Amino acid sequence: MSSEIIQGVVAPFDRDNIDTDQIIPTEYLKSIKKFGFGDYLFDGWRYLDKGLLGMTSNQREINIDFILNQPPFQDSQILLARDNFGCGSSREHAAWALRDFGFKAVIASSFGDIFYNNCFKNQVLPIQLSKKDINILFELSAQSPQNISISLVSKELTVGSDISIPFNVDDNLLNRIIHNLDDVDITMKDKGSIEAFELSYSQKRPWLFK
Amino acid sequence: MKTLYDKLWDDHLVQTYESKEALVYIDRHYLHEVTSPQAFEGLRHKNLSPWRLNANVATPDHNVPTTRGDSFKAESIEDEISKIQVMELDKNCNEFKILQFDIESKEQGIVHVMGPELGYTLPGMTIVCGDSHTSTHGAFGCLAMGIGTSEVEHVLATQCLKTSKLQNMQVLFQGKPQEGVTSKDIVLHLIKLIGTAGGTGHAIEFAGSYIDSASMESRMTICNMAIEAGAKVGLIAVDQTTLNYVREHSDMTQEDFEHAQNFWTTLHSDEDAIFNKKIIIDVGTLKPQVTWGTSPEMTVDFDENIPNESDVPLDQVENLKLAKMYMGLEKATTLKDLSFDRVFIGSCTNSRIEDLRSAASVIKGQKVSSNIIEAIVVPGSGLVKAQAEKEGLDKIFEDAGFLWRDPGCSMCLGMNPDQLKPYERCASTSNRNFEGRQGNLGRTHLMSPMMAALTAINGIITDPS
Ligand code: SF4
Repeated sequence: MSSEIIQGVVAPFDRDNIDTDQIIPTEYLKSIKKFGFGDYLFDGWRYLDKGLLGMTSNQREINIDFILNQPPFQDSQILLARDNFGCGSSREHAAWALRDFGFKAVIASSFGDIFYNNCFKNQVLPIQLSKKDINILFELSAQSPQNISISLVSKELTVGSDISIPFNVDDNLLNRIIHNLDDVDITMKDKGSIEAFELSYSQKRPWLFK
Repeated sequence: MKTLYDKLWDDHLVQTYESKEALVYIDRHYLHEVTSPQAFEGLRHKNLSPWRLNANVATPDHNVPTTRGDSFKAESIEDEISKIQVMELDKNCNEFKILQFDIESKEQGIVHVMGPELGYTLPGMTIVCGDSHTSTHGAFGCLAMGIGTSEVEHVLATQCLKTSKLQNMQVLFQGKPQEGVTSKDIVLHLIKLIGTAGGTGHAIEFAGSYIDSASMESRMTICNMAIEAGAKVGLIAVDQTTLNYVREHSDMTQEDFEHAQNFWTTLHSDEDAIFNKKIIIDVGTLKPQVTWGTSPEMTVDFDENIPNESDVPLDQVENLKLAKMYMGLEKATTLKDLSFDRVFIGSCTNSRIEDLRSAASVIKGQKVSSNIIEAIVVPGSGLVKAQAEKEGLDKIFEDAGFLWRDPGCSMCLGMNPDQLKPYERCASTSNRNFEGRQGNLGRTHLMSPMMAALTAINGIITDPS
């Protein structure tokens, strides 16, 4: 599978410092699986009742004030937030929950470092834009729901016919999303360099190898 | 001309790529039950085994109940899903032959407390763990950082982490703190100053005369919370204090120690090293710090007014309103106006022996306030617990009405039976005051062990001096 374009309505979530505890609360980390977290995304905000691992969305009391419970955002694939999105805990479950909900991209003015990396392992593209560009997107979204098109090839985001915003992202990281590559497979191609490094390193720091 | 971070990076660099990414060799990999099951599953799926078994050390900490007593087994965990997770770690460690201090072990503890005291953290190492507070180990002159589960799998399989180099930031803590001000207050103050994104993209090296005189425990508390300032790496140069700690806690032979020491004493930033950001803080003027809101940067002096809408920039008003509403601060001007329901002394930030001594020192002969539903003290590891009991600290706590528990993450996060009920207000020595962190709708105020202990006695925030 490969994806070069992400397209759809953007869900504006006007908040700073959305930490990974909010993206997926602790109680759902007890799963030993890697999938099935979509129903618990933003759990504390999305529902009025307290959920349990194993419960599905339709068994819950929905908070209709929450953006992802309102049309047309229930099926949104692009999330817009402000500063420091994904700060806090290293839980990759946060990226899994966004992915399982259906998000393919998150746009913010900055990201937590660990979360940012986790996204690329799970087909979620984090896009960092300037605060000015983020403001523009929020202002447009405040007028009416906005359709955005994100080209992973030209690294550009377009809104309507006249606004286009370029973004920066490491090519290697981007390639992992475009071609759905697995890191272990890629690194294993360099097995020889790791072995060579380890040999000379173990002679340099023998106490670490006892 | 190199910073400590640069030196550690260069020393472990296996290879670079055309992009910013590089492959970095990992010396120590800590594992716990929450972020490892999917990684082991990945290994199994690819038919791989751990690259270097001896690099790995595991223990369960997040899910373990803290009222275990003796002869408790993983099977005895009441919560079915917690039990599965702890038993899954047992199963994976057995299958892959990974060293584990399991729930029955005398040494079991929070992985960041247990590792250093058993000598598994040594200066100059690269250390990773599927846990953001891995930055703790930077206190030993290590390059230590939290990683995600896919990276846990990658490190198990390849002994390397694929990552990009961070920028360098230096924080100088100068001076001598006043009575009642601890490493926790100092790091909370830093986070208030630079914000929770202040260190994003950076490795923060802590230095200055305060750090020089600080114990390893205090240094660990500071590096632990580097992540709360946005920096996934926090680190401190190796000095005599580090060497003394390592000599006491590791079982290295004299010969190995001396050999290693020649290298370890080079683990500091060169005098002319260049930092991308630099901050100087005089710790002598600080008061004890307490968080009022739902992010660690929402911190004030313990007796200062809680900020109002007019005190913050326009774009922060909404965040402030939401935080105040969540924390139930409608009627409070200062934190002293709040009455507390629970007290938690523990977590990988503040559950080491020094923390327990400092909490015990202010409560001798006093009783926990009748307004407090429960005040719990949770040592960070089996060894901390044994040491505290040897010193009679458990008696001091119990005589005052605190509950003395078994090691684990406990009320730092709502994953085991120690949790806040909705709207309960907690004085906590942990590191995150996020919404719901200690239990659904619970309200967390972060502070030092001394301040938390005093809050238990008086039911309200109290001047420790
Ligand atoms: S004590 Fe808290 S912060 Fe530390 S490892 Fe456990 S859950 Fe994480």
